[in-house]
Amino acid sequence: MSDLRPHVILIEDEATIRRFVRLALEAEGCEVFEAAGLQRGLIEAGTRRPDLVVLDLGLPDGDGVDFIRELRAWSTIPVIVLSARAEEAEKVRALDAGADDYLTKPFGTAELAARVRAHLRRRGVAADPSAVISFGGVKVDLAKRTVEKDGAPLHLTPIEYRLLTSLLASPGCVLTHRQLLKTVWGPSHAEDAHYVRVYMGALRKKIEADPARPRHILTETGVGYRFVTE
Amino acid sequence: MSDGARPDPDALLARVQQEEAKAARGKLKIFFGASAGVGKTYAMLGAARSQQETGADVLIGVVETHGRKETEALVAGLERLAPHEIPYRGQILKEFDLDAALARRPALILMDELAHSNVIGSRHPKRWQDIDELLAAGIDVYSTVNVQHLETLNDVVSGIAGIRVWETVPDHVFDAADEVVLVDLPPDELLQRLKEGKVYLPQQAERAIRNFFRKGNLIALRELALRRTADRVDEDMLAWRRETSVESVWQTRDALLVCIGSGAGAERLVRTGARLSGKLEAPWHAIHVETQESVRHTEAQRQRIVRALELAASLGAETATLARPDPVAATIEYARRANLSRILVGRDHPRPWRPWYRSVADRIGHAAPDLDVIQVARSEDSRQAAVAVREIPTEDWPAYAKAAGICAAATALTMPLAGVIELTNIAMFFLLAVVLAAVRLGRGPAVAAAFFAVAAFDFFFVAPRFTFAVNDMQYLMTFAVMLTVALIIGQLTARYKRQADVARQREARAHALYGMSRDLSAALMPEQIVEAAEHFLAIEFDAGAALILTDAEDRLRPPLFATKAGIGGRPAVDDGIARWTFDHGEAAGLGTDTLPGSPLLYLPLRAPMRTRGVLVVAPRDPLAVQGPEARRQLDTFAALVAIAVERMHYVDVAQATTVQMESEQLRNSLLAAMSHDLRTPLTALVGLADALRLTRPPLSTEQDELARAVRDESLRMSALVGKLLDMARLQAGRIQLNRQWQPLEEVVGSALKTVESALATRRVDIQLDADLPLVEFDAVLIERVLANLLENTAKYTPDGSRIVIGARNAGDMVEVRVEDDGPGLPRGREEDIFRKFERGEKESATPGVGLGLAICRTIVEAHGGRIRAENVEPHGARMLFTLPRGVPPTVEQEAAA
Repeated sequence: MSDLRPHVILIEDEATIRRFVRLALEAEGCEVFEAAGLQRGLIEAGTRRPDLVVLDLGLPDGDGVDFIRELRAWSTIPVIVLSARAEEAEKVRALDAGADDYLTKPFGTAELAARVRAHLRRRGVAADPSAVISFGGVKVDLAKRTVEKDGAPLHLTPIEYRLLTSLLASPGCVLTHRQLLKTVWGPSHAEDAHYVRVYMGALRKKIEADPARPRHILTETGVGYRFVTE
Repeated sequence: MSDGARPDPDALLARVQQEEAKAARGKLKIFFGASAGVGKTYAMLGAARSQQETGADVLIGVVETHGRKETEALVAGLERLAPHEIPYRGQILKEFDLDAALARRPALILMDELAHSNVIGSRHPKRWQDIDELLAAGIDVYSTVNVQHLETLNDVVSGIAGIRVWETVPDHVFDAADEVVLVDLPPDELLQRLKEGKVYLPQQAERAIRNFFRKGNLIALRELALRRTADRVDEDMLAWRRETSVESVWQTRDALLVCIGSGAGAERLVRTGARLSGKLEAPWHAIHVETQESVRHTEAQRQRIVRALELAASLGAETATLARPDPVAATIEYARRANLSRILVGRDHPRPWRPWYRSVADRIGHAAPDLDVIQVARSEDSRQAAVAVREIPTEDWPAYAKAAGICAAATALTMPLAGVIELTNIAMFFLLAVVLAAVRLGRGPAVAAAFFAVAAFDFFFVAPRFTFAVNDMQYLMTFAVMLTVALIIGQLTARYKRQADVARQREARAHALYGMSRDLSAALMPEQIVEAAEHFLAIEFDAGAALILTDAEDRLRPPLFATKAGIGGRPAVDDGIARWTFDHGEAAGLGTDTLPGSPLLYLPLRAPMRTRGVLVVAPRDPLAVQGPEARRQLDTFAALVAIAVERMHYVDVAQATTVQMESEQLRNSLLAAMSHDLRTPLTALVGLADALRLTRPPLSTEQDELARAVRDESLRMSALVGKLLDMARLQAGRIQLNRQWQPLEEVVGSALKTVESALATRRVDIQLDADLPLVEFDAVLIERVLANLLENTAKYTPDGSRIVIGARNAGDMVEVRVEDDGPGLPRGREEDIFRKFERGEKESATPGVGLGLAICRTIVEAHGGRIRAENVEPHGARMLFTLPRGVPPTVEQEAAA
């Protein structure tokens, strides 16, 4: 075990973008393997035992979403997708296929570094599920199924509780409306996106200090929600 | 428990619908009398005056005073419609002006003489049809009619009084009247009035009394009128009974079937049928069966059948023409299918010379003992007609010549054999000749051939030869056999020939229909449709065609004709009639009730979705397109044409859509490519500038600041490119909105987050009303609207300003506002700022090109909302936009935990 640095596979066809992403990732202490296309990317993913994949959706030799599906067939490693604005449908497709997060171009290295750190950390602690999760004055005891806010017990309805725990299960990840509907309401409600929005509004009112400007349950407009602890 | 006594809901619904239709229609009141002079017009005017006194708007459409003083006195003081003047053969004829009456729209109009026939050139041939249109327009009508003018009583009255009237009113008009007032006058008083000259002028009166106003006549007519009125009252009472209680005493199988033959009694038969069905209150059908015999019908007979069928249809029957070899079987089958239990047939001629002959009535009775068969007596003239028909020779002379030729040939061939072979065998040759003639030439020439053959055989071969004398009587047997063979074979051949003719005709018709439907289904252009129509009409009806289609605004386009001007050149299409046909969706012109004087028939093209235009049929022989059968065929044909036109319309729509989709796709891929090509270098710039600051050894402070500036400017450039691309996308055709029901709060939060850095030095208040519903919008686009408004506000307000984002219900809209306490907008320019590349001040240091607000406006308007700006007191600007509320979906509340 000479190399303890996390392995990151970077799949991007633009050389200049690859270059600065590589610099940013290396500054975070990662070992980066580059691929200019999907086929090469799949080979790298199969051979390098990666801890994270950074994937550009607009590749010349295929659909990035297909890559995610294939990868998900055998691996649960985090996938961060790079995509342009005004391509919300593409993002949702990628997330539904199994991607964990996305970055909208143009993005800064600081943003990228923060996301990469969050996902690598999550991967590190995933094997150790803590029974109590705390964030911003809220304490959720998964074993006892209780929620406290600022020390006082907080009453959540069953749906609100399920919604909260499904967000907590993937901190830092973007969950699409469809994914939340499926886990909380079941597959038969997959088209009723307004259910998620209405209950999310109620949950925010109970958990967030300022529900109009949430700090933990963030809206990814046109895509879904992201839960962050800090 | 008393289910049987409860009204049938379907019947009640039908009644409600009927009553609704009636309520919209005007009411018809008929003043009914036994004869002229009883005072109908007088009674009508009196009733109208009392209506006028109650304030009703009364108009005299037509009133015939016949110079009677009392009547004229009543006319004075009532408004009178000026007659329409129609030039006809050098004369000016005055006629009721229907269009003027419709335009004038009185509450009540007086229309004397219901049975009147209009002058040629009027819209409808009969006054009752004018009245029908007035009623349909919601105008009440008073009218008058005498008993002898009722269609079904026409025969009876002519039987009594010996006078036949030609102006008749179908009974259904009389029966459908809302009210009938019997104007009665005892015969003696009527005669007294006549003598006093109150009805006719003296010399006319003298003649009238002698001819029509005989006391016996008057008594009979009065009784008829009273009885007819009583029938109506009875109907009213029954109708009332049916409405109040509901016991159904009516058998459903009471319906009548009238079989129309080619004889002259057909019209009488139809009238009897109408009368009977009226008595039974049962529906009735009238049919004619075309058999092989039909090809031998004379034109007069054919006309008679058509007229009888038309009469039946006008008296309320359902009519049909069936083509079958066996009329009896066809009749029974039709009766069974239409559930008709009584069959009305004319009585056959007695045929003493054919004792084995069984009448149609007998045959129907034998084949279907469960059906009632009613035989109707023939009138005298029908017999004459039938005899007259028989006298018309229909065979052709060349065929007889040929028959003679065949016999001559047989003689010539057998002459040398005389004496060589037995006479019996020679007779066989002649028999062969007769058979040949029968097979080839038909019955008549075959009989002739038999005579020729017998004569030749006798003359040339039977001893004594070369005389017609016959020694051996047994040869008479030979003649008899030959004659019989000729008759039997001739009969058989003639029958098969006729059957073949009918089959050929039918095949030709089927072929023409098939070819036409094939042509129509292949037609992609209106020209092709009109060609197919012309082709079919030329074959089937010896007629030309014109096709009138509509444009997008339902205006009729100029008529289209087939390229080779078909029969009789291009028909002169009347735009007015075409428009009427299209608007009413009913046929007009030749052979219809509307403007029958026109030489052309106008058929509406009623397709499944809507009326698509008008088909004009221009027959060379006007009779070719008349009669129910021809009309049915033409209507079917028009329906096929309509479907073809509609299909063509949808092909056009589909093509236009495809073109639009393709161009939209092209635009989208162009935009996507541009977006990618512009963003990639910008992304690289931002990232590389960042990366520069990560290099080792670290940059100096000054270098670091420069790198940061490169990054910030690149981000700004990227935002600008983003807006330009947004604008291009929004302007490039229809915006595809991804609308979803959602709370406004969420999108306000995310918009605030995107402009967080720009608003860092401003105070932001959020004032969303608590009762805001879910609103249906595209979250990404509305977030952009809010972000642009906020960015704009941040740009034009000083640090430390207060910004309010609020939303409230405003009627059927939700109103969102972004308000600041900055310097406000330049006066009078509040609307301009939403235009592209427009900014509050022309040259200012504030960066931006003024695209943001134009994008906002496009997005809001695509959502069906409005955006505007205003100044607030004492200072500051307010941007407002609205979104439609719609009907939000319900969200199931979960059961309390």
